Amino acid sequence: MQELMPATGVFSLLWLLIALPLAGSAILLLGGRMTNKWGPYLAVSTIVIDALLAIWMLVEMMGQGAEERTFNDNIYSWVFAGTFKVDMAFQLDQLSMVFVLLITIVGALIHIYSLGYMSHDPDRRKFFGFLNLFVAAMLLLVLANNYLLMYVGWEGVGLASYLLIGFWQYKPSAAAAAKKAFIINRVGDVGLSLAIMVMFVTFGSVSFEDVFGSTGQASEGTLTAIGLLLLLAACGKSAQFPLQAWLLDAMEGPTPVSALIHAATMVTAGVYLITRSNAIFDAAAWAATAVVVIGVITMFMGAIIGCAKDDIKKSLAGSTMSQIGYMVIAAGLGPVGYVFAIFHLLTHGVFKAGLFLGAGSVMHAMKDNVNMRRYGALRALMVVTFGTFLVCTLSIMGIPPFSGFWSKDSIVHAAFESSNLVGICTVLAAGITGFYMTRMVAMTFYGKARWEDDAHPHESPAVMTIPLIILAIGATFLGMALLFWGNIETWLEPVVGFEEGHVAIPELLLMAITLAVVLIGAAIGWIQYARREVPVTEPHGNLLTRAARAELYGNEINDVLVVHPSFWLSRFLVWFDNAWVDGFVNSSAAAVGGLSGRMRKYQTGFIRSYALSMLGGAILVVVALVLVRLS
Amino acid sequence: MIAVVLATDATPWVMPSIEYRLLAPILIVLGAGVISVLIEAFLPRSVRRPIQLTLVFTALIAALIAIISLHDDRAVVGQGALVVDGPGLIMQGTIVVIAILGALLMAERGLDPSGDAFAPRASALPGSEDERQFTARGYFQTEIWAFFLFAVGGMLMFPVSNDLLMMFVALEVMSLPLYLLAGMARRRRLLSQEAALKYFVLGAFSSAFFLYGSALLYGFSGSISFPVIAEKLAANPGQSALVLIAMALVAAGLLFKIGAVPFHQWTPDVYQGAPTPLTGFMAAAVKIAAFGALLRLFYVALGGMRWDWIPVMWVIAALTMVVGSVIALTQSDIKRMLAYSSIAQAGFILLGVIAASPEGLAGAIFYLISYSFTTIGAFAIIMLVRDDTGEATHLSKWAGLGRKSPFVASIFALFMLSLAGIPLTSGFIGKFSVFTAAIEAGNTWLVIVAVVASLIAAFFYLRVVVLMFFTEPTEETATVAVPSVFTTIALAAGATVTVLLGIVPQPLLELIIHAGVFVR
Repeated sequence: MQELMPATGVFSLLWLLIALPLAGSAILLLGGRMTNKWGPYLAVSTIVIDALLAIWMLVEMMGQGAEERTFNDNIYSWVFAGTFKVDMAFQLDQLSMVFVLLITIVGALIHIYSLGYMSHDPDRRKFFGFLNLFVAAMLLLVLANNYLLMYVGWEGVGLASYLLIGFWQYKPSAAAAAKKAFIINRVGDVGLSLAIMVMFVTFGSVSFEDVFGSTGQASEGTLTAIGLLLLLAACGKSAQFPLQAWLLDAMEGPTPVSALIHAATMVTAGVYLITRSNAIFDAAAWAATAVVVIGVITMFMGAIIGCAKDDIKKSLAGSTMSQIGYMVIAAGLGPVGYVFAIFHLLTHGVFKAGLFLGAGSVMHAMKDNVNMRRYGALRALMVVTFGTFLVCTLSIMGIPPFSGFWSKDSIVHAAFESSNLVGICTVLAAGITGFYMTRMVAMTFYGKARWEDDAHPHESPAVMTIPLIILAIGATFLGMALLFWGNIETWLEPVVGFEEGHVAIPELLLMAITLAVVLIGAAIGWIQYARREVPVTEPHGNLLTRAARAELYGNEINDVLVVHPSFWLSRFLVWFDNAWVDGFVNSSAAAVGGLSGRMRKYQTGFIRSYALSMLGGAILVVVALVLVRLS
Repeated sequence: MIAVVLATDATPWVMPSIEYRLLAPILIVLGAGVISVLIEAFLPRSVRRPIQLTLVFTALIAALIAIISLHDDRAVVGQGALVVDGPGLIMQGTIVVIAILGALLMAERGLDPSGDAFAPRASALPGSEDERQFTARGYFQTEIWAFFLFAVGGMLMFPVSNDLLMMFVALEVMSLPLYLLAGMARRRRLLSQEAALKYFVLGAFSSAFFLYGSALLYGFSGSISFPVIAEKLAANPGQSALVLIAMALVAAGLLFKIGAVPFHQWTPDVYQGAPTPLTGFMAAAVKIAAFGALLRLFYVALGGMRWDWIPVMWVIAALTMVVGSVIALTQSDIKRMLAYSSIAQAGFILLGVIAASPEGLAGAIFYLISYSFTTIGAFAIIMLVRDDTGEATHLSKWAGLGRKSPFVASIFALFMLSLAGIPLTSGFIGKFSVFTAAIEAGNTWLVIVAVVASLIAAFFYLRVVVLMFFTEPTEETATVAVPSVFTTIALAAGATVTVLLGIVPQPLLELIIHAGVFVR
């Protein structure tokens, strides 16, 4: 356990990190049309200031000794009931520091990009207000020093996600997708709230310090229960099986939203939750195993869906699921993996944001068409977009020396350290990644132009391409920087623990095998989609392709297992409510009303009857007093 | 016995010492009342209003300052007739603040095209040629301010009276001017005069009860002083019939003033007939003063008899809550509806009285404060909602008001929500604190009755909200007059306190708890 340092110097400004975007969002959303003109710039500047503050904090933190990097800033006592106390308090340690950097820097780039992307939208003030709200909630989530406060952020990002998915609410599909995301997330949220309640009952506190410090006092059963509930929460927010169905629909939101919320930051909150709760999972082996299993299932599901979708954003969304599956696996592996889960999360946050923004740039050029079958041959027309997209693709495929290689390879290695089966799975999934990413690049940028008639592709403006370039630079060098210069293992070790395991296969051989599998996948993709003609309408495809296009029937399964039974239940409840509850309420209301009508008749307006009732009352009081005394 | 009396007579008469500093709040207000009468007598009509208003507000603010400056004092003063203690000071302070708001409402002249809410000349026959003439010439009455100040003076004495005689005097000083003021409405004067007469006759009747009960208590204990009565009761616990009858009679006198069932029937008629600013002031301030007196009498003098009076009060409280809430359901006049609401609210406050504990006392005081600000605000809104016959008090004229005047309707909705006890308003905290006090005192079933009653009450409060916001306005719908700065201040204060006490009740709750209990 690290020592908690009081937040002094720049760290006393922790609250400002959250307050700035929160104030920005309040001004934009409450200020109305007045803020139309300058509002978006205000929103961007709050995040840019946040990013600069975060970098300053990083520099200050690096100046401290490794054990003195946890800063606690108590704002005030938030809940105070008997022995139960929750503070409005923020904690900045190495783990939350990297999250703050990811959120603010990627967030700042995406805010800037949005200035260009949303420039024609009539509601862009609202958009930036929501975006700022999201950043504030996400920062609260990672800076809270207790689970209850984190829950506030957790719900806040859920709200912002709902608002932004449904941003174009006039489209029925967007409105439905927003609702779907919100409802499925509620299932996960129930898990988190139950976990918090179990913690309160077990430990009498919900602060990280108290809970992690006293895991020894709880039975393994309780810890497993907490762990599984936290896993449920993580599944909802991070779109892991069985709560994955919302993420693909969430692509109805504007592309910067997909990049920021549904790729780089919010969907990784589940990984943060598991990693943050490492003390619980370390003591609950069953829960940790469940985490790995969920991660493996989702990793494959996402990858398979990513292979079949023709919608560029949905294909990327499948890829996001799959990559988060990697992180979840790593987080489930325990101390050998936590560090790499976060490592992959960071590199993924950068290259996936780059991929989404690149996809957005392509869509911008193609009149918001998302169908890759109507793309093709764009590389010459959109040089910057193509170049950055390619760099990010190489990164996600895990080609050295790009960022993704280092982080994915670390996870594969860690997986082999604990189980060969899991290790083989991660290698196979890496192969599939190679396939679907090659497919995406080939369909979009190579081959023949299959554009719609009115499409006039062009490169996007600088306000959009500059963030792309910065992200591409990150996708190239961040991995090496974190590994060799930043020493991510030693950096995170005080918070999440780290131990090196042993693998039977030599490290270099394992690396080579993985790389070979990835290249095979990429080669198949290349042959199929760059060498051959891509049909404009989708072919019938085999059984697996059709299943993958249908998102592996996730929606149908939900329908049968949850939606239809819920409908039946709610119909029954409506009937019960109308027939019985309302019947009871209405008849008692009628009875009270009738009584009222009768009682007001005694209000005759005559003084004599009033006086009589007073006299009667006084006599009754006397009689009653005597009766009380006698009894 | 005779010898004792003679011996007392034989002792040399000593000049009673008067603690002017400790009595300052009361003396300031009563003194201002006297000056106010002199102003009426000697100054020309044209300058009376500004001078009277200056006097009233100066006196009230001075009294408030005096009350605040006494916050650390705890004493029995005036030869044992009055006390200065925490609960008393808090109630006095609230009464003075409410009086300031009430005075602001009474001073309003911008709403009625023909003047203020009071008759130009109360002696003129309603509807007579005289009255038309006085109205046409633009006569106003400024005597109301003298009455008003005396009533406030009585209210300040009522909750700090420490003996039966003082309490009776305070009761009368408070009530007599109110009887008169109730009959002085400018519009619908017959209704107003009828209300005044009813209030006076029934008030006199209830005073008789109180006086007779006091006489019996004196007969039992040989003293009118509350602490002495308490001592005697402790010393002779077996004394039953005389004390029980005495207790019932003084209780009846005070329960009349708070409007408890079955002594409530004057309330709707008087609330409806009296000029609305006065109704608002009366509904708020008399309730505080009378509850203060009731609490002091039952906690200090009759505290030892609590096992006798608590069960009876249970029944009265339950009846008051239920009857008030149920009859309010079918009212079609908003002032009558608020009158029945005030009856139901009195029942809720009685829960705190019955708890007979420091928590109960604190809860009751908090409830009184929250209720009085909300109520005076609600009546201020009623003053604003008008048609060409004056205030539009029939509920049908409030339909769709939310569409026509969303701001005023929203504030009224806030007051209704507070009276219904919806969270984030002061009414919720008030209900919550008396309910918890009652449960701690073991009166769980009474709290169940209270919850059911507040459920019924919520219906008629929310009905007004629904009527204002979810009904289309008709041609009948009243318009909202633009108030002058006087009403605006009163309204803003009422609304602010209602919200503030709902969100941050802690400071006031702590203040009340720190104020402690009654000095004996």
